[in-house]
Amino acid sequence: MAQEAVIRFEHVSKSFTSKKLNVNAVRNVSLEIQKGEIFGIIGFSGAGKSTLIRCMNLLERPTDGNVFFQGVNLCEVNNRQLREARQKMGMIFQQFNLLEQRNVWENICYPLEIAGVKKGERKARIKELLELVDLTEKAKAYPSQLSGGQKQRVAIARALATNPEVILCDEATSALDPITTKSILDLLKKINQTRGVTIVVITHEMKVAQQICDRVGVMNQGELVELGRVREIFLHPQSETAKKMILSGGGIQPMDLPQRCLRIAFDGFSSSEPVISQLTLYTGEMINILGANTEDVGGKAYGQMIIEKPRDPEALRKIESFLEERGIHYEEGGGDV
Amino acid sequence: MSASMIQLFWEGIQETLYMVLVSMLISYLIGTPLGVILYVTDGNGICKNTAVNTVVGAIINMIRSIPFLILLVAILPFTRFVVGTTIGAKATIVPLVAAASPYVARMVESSLKEVDAGVIEAAQAMGSSALQIIRKVILPEARPSLLVGVTISFATILGYSAMAGFCGGGGLGAIAVNYGYYRYDDETMLITVVLLVLIVQIFQEIGSRLVKRIDKRIK
Repeated sequence: MAQEAVIRFEHVSKSFTSKKLNVNAVRNVSLEIQKGEIFGIIGFSGAGKSTLIRCMNLLERPTDGNVFFQGVNLCEVNNRQLREARQKMGMIFQQFNLLEQRNVWENICYPLEIAGVKKGERKARIKELLELVDLTEKAKAYPSQLSGGQKQRVAIARALATNPEVILCDEATSALDPITTKSILDLLKKINQTRGVTIVVITHEMKVAQQICDRVGVMNQGELVELGRVREIFLHPQSETAKKMILSGGGIQPMDLPQRCLRIAFDGFSSSEPVISQLTLYTGEMINILGANTEDVGGKAYGQMIIEKPRDPEALRKIESFLEERGIHYEEGGGDV
Repeated sequence: MSASMIQLFWEGIQETLYMVLVSMLISYLIGTPLGVILYVTDGNGICKNTAVNTVVGAIINMIRSIPFLILLVAILPFTRFVVGTTIGAKATIVPLVAAASPYVARMVESSLKEVDAGVIEAAQAMGSSALQIIRKVILPEARPSLLVGVTISFATILGYSAMAGFCGGGGLGAIAVNYGYYRYDDETMLITVVLLVLIVQIFQEIGSRLVKRIDKRIK
């Protein structure tokens, strides 16, 4: 029997109307987020990702459709029930949104006060959370004394305080540098694995999605244009948006894959194997690399490389057969001129 | 300067501080809830309510647009009804509160508007009720700015209290009017002015130091 999704969207739309214009931020999105998964929503700025995630805890009330949380239609419950549901959904933000006049300890305490947790229990809980996010020494510090990464750790601890089912991350790493981003993502992954918390991540970076997501939804102009396992989408993007997102991660301008190019995707390919050199030796063709973005994870190569397509169709055929032989995914740019 | 004059000034200072501080206390008791109401019922507020916002805003604007001296005279019957007299320090408190409460309400409203909308949103996302957000988020987060407002209000109310000296009010204002204005006693006038300036300076300084101490954003 299929398990009830933690979050289920049923034809959700959200439009903002003002006197001058009408913006359809989210258009008819239906999706299901399963318990225990890390679900990503990717898309470029203005695609409606933020509005979509804010519909999950009804910070934005959908203009159409229904939002179910643990089988309960949030659009139909009263205020008190909505607040109770929200206490089961932690949320972290790009700008951290910590209480500036409260120190780290008191910030983590806030949701416990709201949820009516007894004073005696709060202390043990906060201590445990501080250890989890590795900020025990900063308990008495105020947000203004913390770095961006530390602030986000406090926000994560705060979001976890009431033992939520889900954590919603609205561009949680977009204001952080790459190294801090990685540590925050690792922390989220750890929380997902050790506590079974479902995590929803909004990001404009394909890389972030690749690092932690199990499944992703790709958004463009308010619509969900593609949905699937992150690996599948990275290897075989179907939608224009997904293709552009993946290319922009490879250091190529987010436009269509140029016609003269070939995109090679590395997915757990042994990084000790010099693919490009072998390709040159095997085909006798000079390979011109236009852009590359690969990463070595535990001896396996992940990422992509954009190479120039040889003009000679015979040479191209050789390259393609080489790649096919080794099971390396590739994609040709452009169709017609 | 004679001992009696020193005694007079000393009593004037005490009376002025009494009027101003008591008026401020009452004005904040009335003005703070009004300021909160204005803030939360605003178009972007957490309890949007256009009708309440418009009515409260209109009443506040109406009182604020009446010059203090005219307000003072206009509500004399009310003042007599409340304190039984229209002269002296006690009687001055009534018009001071009437003028300062709407002023304080606007000061509080503008302080609350400085609170980061993201923080309020985070509190909502955590399942806080409107009352919890006001008590635990908005007011504490705005505390430094509210305190700045208190020091500004103090100077304003002190100014009003001096004006009341023209219409039977007490304190330093009355001394300035009775001695400096009606008797052409320039020395007394000058001393009153200096004393008023000093009082404002001292309270401003205390306020600024307190703000620095309680504000956790700058370190």
